[in-house]
Amino acid sequence: MQSFIVHNGLVATLDRANVDTDQIIPKQFLKRIERTGFGQFLFFDWRFLEDGETVNPEFELNRPELSGASVLVTRKNFGSGSSREHAVWALDDYGFRCVIAPSFADIFFNNSFKNGMLPIVLDEADVDELFARAAKHPGYRLTVDLNKQLISDDFGFAKEFVVDASRKHNLLHGLDDIAETLLFEDKITKFEVSRQS
Amino acid sequence: MSLQKNSASNPKTMLDKIWDSHIVDAPAGKPAIIYVDLHLVHEVTSPQAFDGLRLNKRKVRRPERTIATPDHNVPTSDRALPIADPISRKQIETLRNNCAEFGIRLFDIGDVRQGIVHVIGPENGYTQPGMTIVCGDSHTATHGAFGSLAFGIGTSEVEHVLATQTLLQFKPKTFELRVDGALPRGVTAKDMILYLIGQIGTAGGTGYVIEYTGACMMALSMEQRMTVCNMSIEAGARAGMIAPDQTTFDYLKGRPEAPSGDAFDKAVALWKQLPSDPGAAFDLSKIYHGADIQPQVTWGTNPGQVRGIDQSVPSPSDFEDATERKSTEQALQYMGLTAGTPLQDVELNRVFIGSCTNARIEDLRAAAAVAKGYKVSGHVNAMVVPGSGQVKRQAEQEGLDRVFKDAGFDWREAGCSMCLAMNPDKLEPGERCASTSNRNFEGRQGKGGRTHLVSPAMAAAAAISGHFVDIRDWSYKA
Repeated sequence: MQSFIVHNGLVATLDRANVDTDQIIPKQFLKRIERTGFGQFLFFDWRFLEDGETVNPEFELNRPELSGASVLVTRKNFGSGSSREHAVWALDDYGFRCVIAPSFADIFFNNSFKNGMLPIVLDEADVDELFARAAKHPGYRLTVDLNKQLISDDFGFAKEFVVDASRKHNLLHGLDDIAETLLFEDKITKFEVSRQS
Repeated sequence: MSLQKNSASNPKTMLDKIWDSHIVDAPAGKPAIIYVDLHLVHEVTSPQAFDGLRLNKRKVRRPERTIATPDHNVPTSDRALPIADPISRKQIETLRNNCAEFGIRLFDIGDVRQGIVHVIGPENGYTQPGMTIVCGDSHTATHGAFGSLAFGIGTSEVEHVLATQTLLQFKPKTFELRVDGALPRGVTAKDMILYLIGQIGTAGGTGYVIEYTGACMMALSMEQRMTVCNMSIEAGARAGMIAPDQTTFDYLKGRPEAPSGDAFDKAVALWKQLPSDPGAAFDLSKIYHGADIQPQVTWGTNPGQVRGIDQSVPSPSDFEDATERKSTEQALQYMGLTAGTPLQDVELNRVFIGSCTNARIEDLRAAAAVAKGYKVSGHVNAMVVPGSGQVKRQAEQEGLDRVFKDAGFDWREAGCSMCLAMNPDKLEPGERCASTSNRNFEGRQGKGGRTHLVSPAMAAAAAISGHFVDIRDWSYKA
């Protein structure tokens, strides 16, 4: 799994609340059997017009100056709905390394960590501030430092964020959950045996 | 399975009991390793997980605790024909190949036991009280109706369960959602859960496992309890559960995969210890009253945007919160609705009765009772999709298919169908549908499709009337 330590990236803002996984990756694209190649379908119904090919000029992420954006700032309850991990794969493949929002849906939040993507919860007021700064400064960038648990910009914004210690550790080191769990295989066997009685 | 004796000095919730009895290891500062009793698999969220096993040269640890079925991609029309969509076909073939390679029991197309994964688990007796149950699908919460801890997982976690039969989990918080009194005539479990989601919001349950309690919940049949638990995720809760009781035991008795004879009696004795102890503390508690609940209709683009049938489409100005106002504006625009329109005036052109929420035999009986003697409105295209081959067979034995066909409903094969349009059943842009499914997100049933979530009886009545009607006033024909 890719690790996340410090990332400096171009910010894109998505000013919608309750963005659900059907918007992040519509179901017709879940038929793929690979993990890769989902970035082209990210926010498909918003990025493209009816014909599915013409880029929608109204959609904020399509603005040419946001090409290469890797930090997504959005509103509350991001990732609600389905458990599809494809939502995270799509964001990741498109180029986002982290998502900042006032809140996330549980399953999406969990799925993010499994893919080296960092979901960050900040207060609504701080998220509002980031929206304002992104609107004010063309080419707005943020530095996200997982070690220090700090988000900062070039204009004096600096906020600490909370992240669970074990998730942080795994993300910093790009650890694979399954390999980690299999270190406890004898305990799993012991549990199974104790059930027989 | 051993359970701690009920202690007045240490009352536990049902979640506590199930959690404690499934801990393999609980290292400080890390998620616990929780054993998984039952792993349900379908074709959409498993291919990459099996690939991962192969890449790392791992096997499925407990194939006997794993069952699979294709449901999302399957066509609900003639199953003798090969699947037209090559990508759907490939995904289903991939499941078939993976199950064969890894030794997993598969209920494939052509097997009467095939169906929606959350229908086949319970009806075959796989789903039992006190179990931990997972599946790469958020409506896994359905199985909590039996007093189990059941929740949806992503594909990476599917791979983890396949490889280790465990899951890394932080213990969720508990939320007691009590509904007292009784549901009025014509108001169903579906209306109740839609109402509750409207009350607590689509993120009201985030971080929690909901335990549904109160007279309204315990009066429900197992299928009705499944409808309630199914939609827990729409309130943000990964899991929802209802304490097992005699209704639960009676449902399970005699089912093929449930214990039988002495083993059944022993199991019941253990299951009786599962309900939350008196005085057990929940992190959050809310109480509602059955008498307050009307038949519900969603008007917006998330399940929390819902109102009672004798109400009207809201206006953005009805909401104090700026984000809610904006959300309402966007929803009204997408749904093509005008604020102030009575819900009973909203006309529709499609009806879908099906999905893991409402495609079991009782749902079909309720819809058939409404449809009997009537005809589907001339401007409506209505379909009924049973939840599994077994539900379909039982419905046909009871003559429900005849009732539906005589009324002009399309009677289909089992699958997820138009809940999410991953198969040929979908809405065209602008079509308005009364649906017994669980999500009304933009484009859920087809790009540009407009979804209104309702109960099976309300959907059938809407099909006949051509617009939403108050089912409480329906004239049933004998």
